[in-house]
Amino acid sequence: MSTLVKNIVRFILLILVQVFVLDRIHLHYMVTPYIYFLFILWVPFQLNRTAQMLIAFALGFTLDGFRHNPGFHAAACVLLAYFRPFLIGILIPQEGADHNYEEPSAKSMGGFMPYMLYAGVLTLIHHAWLFFLEAWQLGNIWYFVIKTLLSTAISLLLIIIVELIFSRKQQFRTNTV
Amino acid sequence: MRNIFLFIRRYFHFLALLLLQAFCIYLIVHYNTYHNAVASVYMNEITGKINTQANKIDYYFQLKKTNEQLAKDNERLRNQLKADFERPDTATKMVTDSIAYDTLGNRRKWRYLSAKVVSNSVSAQNNFIVLGRGWAQQIKKDEGVVDPNNGVVGIVTDVSENFSVVMSLLHKDSKISGKLKKSGDVGQVIWDGKEPNRLLMSDIRKSAKVIKGDTVYTSGFTPTFPYGLMIGTVDEIISDKSTNNYIIKLKSATNFFSLQYVYAIENSQKEEINRLLENAKNKINN
Repeated sequence: MSTLVKNIVRFILLILVQVFVLDRIHLHYMVTPYIYFLFILWVPFQLNRTAQMLIAFALGFTLDGFRHNPGFHAAACVLLAYFRPFLIGILIPQEGADHNYEEPSAKSMGGFMPYMLYAGVLTLIHHAWLFFLEAWQLGNIWYFVIKTLLSTAISLLLIIIVELIFSRKQQFRTNTV
Repeated sequence: MRNIFLFIRRYFHFLALLLLQAFCIYLIVHYNTYHNAVASVYMNEITGKINTQANKIDYYFQLKKTNEQLAKDNERLRNQLKADFERPDTATKMVTDSIAYDTLGNRRKWRYLSAKVVSNSVSAQNNFIVLGRGWAQQIKKDEGVVDPNNGVVGIVTDVSENFSVVMSLLHKDSKISGKLKKSGDVGQVIWDGKEPNRLLMSDIRKSAKVIKGDTVYTSGFTPTFPYGLMIGTVDEIISDKSTNNYIIKLKSATNFFSLQYVYAIENSQKEEINRLLENAKNKINN
């Protein structure tokens, strides 16, 4: 499957799962499980940064369309996409790994821990900005902090489960550097 | 000039971020106060169609519950049938009809339109419900919405051809007028954005007699809801230190987690009332 088709399928599937499965699970009023932004975590390394942000905006805006509250998720996704290249730059182990592999995964990031750190920090950024924009109108700091931390934990757990169930085979591409 | 171009090229990504964020915040601010934009109507039609498909599956699993709810609803309505009441004097006859005026000269004020819930959320801080019925099926903007047990659900904010969006009581901008049953005091029912199924009631003065377990009804002072629809029951009474008012926590009468069918309430006298208010306002302003 070509990269483009694969990503389009992912986009649709993640949005559908988010809207029709996760949004209907009411764990607790403090905890909102999110998984749809995994799409941005998995976007290929080589994509232009502005293009990444535009794709992230499209993803967030689609979810906002279902939630009837345009802006919130789009803003969080754009910020997430902006910070992604920085984190990859810091965490990727050897020179040229982002050329040898197609997209971020436990293998291409050089181990499970760096990948989890990558996912964890980005999840935290996404949740913090999203809940901050929501809480902005309500103004309760502790509620915001606890909600962010709990939701991040649940989302990370979901990401680990998804990684374990759908193992993505990353091929080592030689002669690409 | 060259420096400006260099600056833009150097910080192009950051500027793109700022631009997109500014656009998002504009969307947030704009749509939260004003739900009428054309774009949202188009968005409604598209997401509404997808939601309808998903709801078909969801609906199947809840058939049993829906049936029970309908049976209950039927029971309540059957008990209101005129045929069940015997009148001692047969000289007069009660006729209720669905036309605007019945034979006794009573004018129909409220009309209930049943609608299916196509999508519903409770976990966000601004929650919306989508109904599978729009202006082509007589739903209008600003109509009140209740569940089959006459518990208040929300107010219609946006209508497209086949779908309408309801601002649920679980929305930070939602504000309806409620009345305590025992003391008759009137206050505002709002939501603090935290727990679903828990509402807040403000503007009740401290001298009012508030009892835990008391019922809160719609006051009937707004043209949106008729008098006496249940909003919730008093759960916790907190006295606000900064004002002379109580903050009352309510348990909502409606269970927002399991909405399947609701009724939109049309007020046929609303236009007349609004016109009157408009005239009165104009007179004061001139």
